[in-house]
Amino acid sequence: MPGFRLTLISTLVFVALIVVLPLFGLFLKTTTLTFPQFIAAVTSPRALLSYRLTFLSSFAAASLNAVFGLLVAWVLVRYEFPGRSLVDALVDLPFALPTAIAGLTLTALYTKDGLFGKPLAALGIQVAFTPLGIVVALTFIGLPFVVRAVQPILESIEPEIEEAAMGLGASRFQTFRYIIFPTVLPALLTGFTLAFARAIGEYGSIVFISGNMPMKTEITPLLIVTSLEQYDYAGATALAVVMLTVSFALLLLVNLLQRKLARVTGNAVA
Amino acid sequence: MSVRVERVTKRYSAAGTPAVANVSFEAKAGAITSIIGPSGAGKSTILRLVAGLELPDEGRVFIGEQDTSNVTIQSRGVGLVFQNYALFQNMTVRDNIAFGLTVRKRDKAEIDARVEKLLSLVQLAGKGNRFPRELSGGQRQRVAFARALAIDPKVLLLDEPFGALDARVRIELREWLEGVQKEMGVTTLLVTHDQEEALEISEHVVLMFDGRVAQAGSPGDLYDRPLSPEIAAFLGASVLQGSVKNGQAQAGSFSVSATGTAVEGEKVRAVLRSEDLKLTRSATDGEVRAAFVRRLKVVGGRVKVSLDLPHGESVSVDLPRSEVDALALAEGEQVFVDVSSARIFYGEFDI
Repeated sequence: MPGFRLTLISTLVFVALIVVLPLFGLFLKTTTLTFPQFIAAVTSPRALLSYRLTFLSSFAAASLNAVFGLLVAWVLVRYEFPGRSLVDALVDLPFALPTAIAGLTLTALYTKDGLFGKPLAALGIQVAFTPLGIVVALTFIGLPFVVRAVQPILESIEPEIEEAAMGLGASRFQTFRYIIFPTVLPALLTGFTLAFARAIGEYGSIVFISGNMPMKTEITPLLIVTSLEQYDYAGATALAVVMLTVSFALLLLVNLLQRKLARVTGNAVA
Repeated sequence: MSVRVERVTKRYSAAGTPAVANVSFEAKAGAITSIIGPSGAGKSTILRLVAGLELPDEGRVFIGEQDTSNVTIQSRGVGLVFQNYALFQNMTVRDNIAFGLTVRKRDKAEIDARVEKLLSLVQLAGKGNRFPRELSGGQRQRVAFARALAIDPKVLLLDEPFGALDARVRIELREWLEGVQKEMGVTTLLVTHDQEEALEISEHVVLMFDGRVAQAGSPGDLYDRPLSPEIAAFLGASVLQGSVKNGQAQAGSFSVSATGTAVEGEKVRAVLRSEDLKLTRSATDGEVRAAFVRRLKVVGGRVKVSLDLPHGESVSVDLPRSEVDALALAEGEQVFVDVSSARIFYGEFDI
């Protein structure tokens, strides 16, 4: 193929400069710590709890988005209703809104005196300054990823496919279960992964709603910032390395799963 | 099982013109019935109504003796085949064919046996583990046929099934379908805009214009005894316009003595089929007029000859190439046309 060498070289240089070099710096910085120091930094109880909170709340938010994002995409693709294009545009809003503003708004809504917080508090549910608040913020941030990944695939399913299935005796549920869902699954997984990855790295919208209580509502990115503020650069980078390694491993895993799925279903990886 | 459509009307929007209006016809059990007509005539709507994908606003559809008004699409037992194949991309050929039996929760061994049989019926034995995207268009459509036949449908509903295929595959598959249909004896409704295809493979033809049945009958009926000039024109005949003058039905260069009931000045249309016209290079006896060859269009072994008659009308004649060669026809040259017979229509017609 003509242009292969040129495009490959520029791709490699670009990726090296933009992605690999900073990461390399990150790893280099951690080498200022001895191995026992490194282990101590990344396995402190505070750090361990922050990993747990970060990954679990990200996973919860991405799962919520997978379910409701699929539903939103379905409604947007399948139904004609007044205000559809408005809803369609609203979906992208979390992309565009500065995350700090999202965090502030959500915090205001969910505190004990907030619009949602007050009735919820009456039910004994506290959202702001709890892990639940973190999940709410991460869900807000991640929604567009799922919707935008699934939407084009749903649109590409020809109506005749469902009609043929129903003609063969399949109920609406069976049609969804055996045909539509497997067809959108790779795209849904893509959306889930993107939302998950985005949530792991999210910082701006969480600082406000989480309350940042160590051992309780402190996510790892925040712990990193706290370490930096205490001039513990090596400790911060050590935490970052852990985050990076785990995230990369997870993404790689999902990617492999997706490739396998795509091979089985014949759908291109979205 | 026969399919009976009784005075069916369907509107897609409450205010709009009906997609089909007061349509009645019967598709005989075990035969191929074609629904033909120009696009927008309501052919596919009829198929969708029989399938249960749409419900009629008025009228009823019977499959066998059963009124289908309250029968869902799932339990109508119809096999659908579409122009775009509509295969399940996420399933293998085998699973596609088995789908109708799988959702019916049939015994696994029974399903396997049936699928194997169908695979060989559609000449895809050994390709059961392929995915649809790995097959050619003709093969995909054969999978769609096998999938539809797997459930032993009461009726096979085909919506332009050969429309997306190239000419050779199209003819091959059409002949294959004819054979399979005869062998299995499944009642078949075929929607097509290709009148040649319809006349060739069906026992019964329903011709639709503007949501109404213009004429229904055997292919021979429609071709030899069209009820209106429009029908004849749709089936490929040339139509000349004119009027009754001095007791003669006169349409362009063509005239015959008018029938007794014809009124002076009444509108006349003469339908000339290709085989009613004979071309010669020299004027002989009989009804012979001079004409000019406007265009010669070679289609394989046949030639479509477009002729301009002296009064500005045009007719077309379909001839074997050997005959055109024997006449040494060329564009712009003069030939003589002998009209052996024509159908004359008097007055106005609403299809």
